[in-house]
Amino acid sequence: MNNALKQYIDLHDENRDAITAHSAPQLNALRQEARKALEGAVLPRKGSDDYEATDLNAVLAPDYGVNINHVDLSRESTTKFRCEVPNLSTCLYYVFNDTFKPSSTAGKSGDNASVESFQATKHPEVLAKHYGTAASLSNPCTALNTMLAQDGVLIYIPKGSHTTRPIQLINVFDANARLMAVRRVLIVLEDDAQAKVLVCDHTKGDQQYLSLETVEVIVGRNAQLDYYHMEESDTHTTRLSQLWVRQQEGSNVLIDGITLTNGYTRNDYHIDVDGEHCDTHLLGMAIASGEQHVDNHTLINHNAPRCQSNEMFKYVLNDNSIGAFAGKILVKSDCPKIDAYQGNRNIVASPEARMYTKPQLEIYTDDVKCSHGATVGQLDQDALFYMQTRGISLPVAQKLLMQAFMSDVIDGVRLDTLRDRLRHLVEMRLSGDALICETCELKK
Amino acid sequence: MLIIKDLHASIEGKEILKGVNLTVKPGEVHAIMGPNGSGKSTLSAVLTGNPAYTVTGGEVEFYGKNLLELSPEDRSHEGIFLSFQYPVEIPGVLMSNFMRTAINEKRKYQGLEPMSATDFLKLMREKRAIVDLDNKLASRAVNEGFSGGEKKRNEIFQMAMLEPRLSILDETDSGLDIDALRTVANGVNRLKSADNATIVITHYQRLLDYIKPDQVHVLYKGRIVMTGGPELALELEEKGYDWIKEQVD
Repeated sequence: MNNALKQYIDLHDENRDAITAHSAPQLNALRQEARKALEGAVLPRKGSDDYEATDLNAVLAPDYGVNINHVDLSRESTTKFRCEVPNLSTCLYYVFNDTFKPSSTAGKSGDNASVESFQATKHPEVLAKHYGTAASLSNPCTALNTMLAQDGVLIYIPKGSHTTRPIQLINVFDANARLMAVRRVLIVLEDDAQAKVLVCDHTKGDQQYLSLETVEVIVGRNAQLDYYHMEESDTHTTRLSQLWVRQQEGSNVLIDGITLTNGYTRNDYHIDVDGEHCDTHLLGMAIASGEQHVDNHTLINHNAPRCQSNEMFKYVLNDNSIGAFAGKILVKSDCPKIDAYQGNRNIVASPEARMYTKPQLEIYTDDVKCSHGATVGQLDQDALFYMQTRGISLPVAQKLLMQAFMSDVIDGVRLDTLRDRLRHLVEMRLSGDALICETCELKK
Repeated sequence: MLIIKDLHASIEGKEILKGVNLTVKPGEVHAIMGPNGSGKSTLSAVLTGNPAYTVTGGEVEFYGKNLLELSPEDRSHEGIFLSFQYPVEIPGVLMSNFMRTAINEKRKYQGLEPMSATDFLKLMREKRAIVDLDNKLASRAVNEGFSGGEKKRNEIFQMAMLEPRLSILDETDSGLDIDALRTVANGVNRLKSADNATIVITHYQRLLDYIKPDQVHVLYKGRIVMTGGPELALELEEKGYDWIKEQVD
């Protein structure tokens, strides 16, 4: 076992009672199993299988504070903060560090939809039934999260319910010392339910933060979910996130992972398509500069026949940034008529930036249509010169091309107002402007 | 407006232009003809600042400024325009955004405020009519999915929008049917004035039926080896280049 890991196991062992006492009871049920999974585990170092570019051991080595007693560390009242994306009227909730808080404008997102903390949920049976059923403890970060998690956010859309407004969850780091936030989300859409969920990451202050986040998503039969994640954190933030999705028959899921600003990010996407006639869209985008590090690792398991999946991740890397993408589509045996595509396209715009890409298909059935494509390149020199001859200066021409490069991922957003906002944010990001929305009080 | 003196240029170490001399005055139309590989497209690339080419000698003066010192975008701001032989497709960049950026970059260079959205749309409507492009133009990606004829008309549309002082048309007639050729040529003629000038690079006399040149130059082996009036183009059409090659070689 590495020392990085040992410090967290020791922390757990020494504070077992406090952790249990300040926790939602459903979370305690899996805690010992998670601890056992970590015993003898080794945190992967850079270059090991599935971790070509990310050094998990180094990332977890610093001694971050963990909020064992689960006190509310947030320094300012949440009601002050609003996220006013023009015309995007969301039901707004916050996770300040690791503490869930509804905003004053949370409102109702539909007749029966509920967004609650694990500890205060009125649906403990939903939590008990689904918690830990999508995530696998073989992932060391998920195991670590499961060992330490005390609370989380339950988004529950009962059978046949549709959200009328998107649900927005804003993760905010705001502490006066180095902090690890153990964040857990469980999204349950029962049969025929529909929901759109937007999760945003922000940071305040200049502390070193680590977000250890595990999200589980259960999508019932014929249910439809859009899940957008936007990271707009700072260079001193590390994000280790694992998203686990289970899709039942006839469901339609869009997952969109967007990294606009960050420090060191590793996202794992793990989608199990368990029922027939499912649609899966997995999109991602990263714009990195400075010393930013963005690593997306994806696995789509086609466990049932007659499904479609479409995956596309795009990166623009500037300065000394590092990007990594590893994606696998796995078609199990006896799963004919799978139509799956995986794409990863990258622009490496500086000689110092690095991109690691590893596309993989693993197919155990005949009669499937699967393909993948990965490209790493520079901006089209002919297009740049063409624009220059029209009077467009080189930096502006480069920005236009990068924006254009991202356009198909932006167009994949199925919420009109969010799509417009994203286009605007990408443009600001590529212009080198700070991502501060006109109305935001969070960044002031 | 344009004075080219003993211009030498090379690409990847190979010398293509070997001492070009040419003077263009406002209101004039110059045709540059010549066999394949004589350096016609190189001349247009060098005048617009294509980074693939290296100028190894000579001078180019444009309204008293040393053109060779300017970036491609500043050459455009100063009033030089190139209609590309092969217009570049730029997926994802819409024509409206592309042209608005171009116009406003030029206005910035001139110390003017950006053009308002209404004025811009009006200008675009007015100018696309010159080359018969429809209202879908604004929302199409630059040259993507354009037919050969549309691409060339789009070049002339951009020329109309930017109102250059010197336009270089690099084989604008290639790949055009008769109708498209006429549309393009009419567009060019409508934009002609006593203050601007045009350099027409072409293989065939056909385009010169529509765009009447004041002078016809023959470029061969990187030099202008013969200059004449419009009748020279007709003579070339009839006799080919061999008699000129024989004289030079």
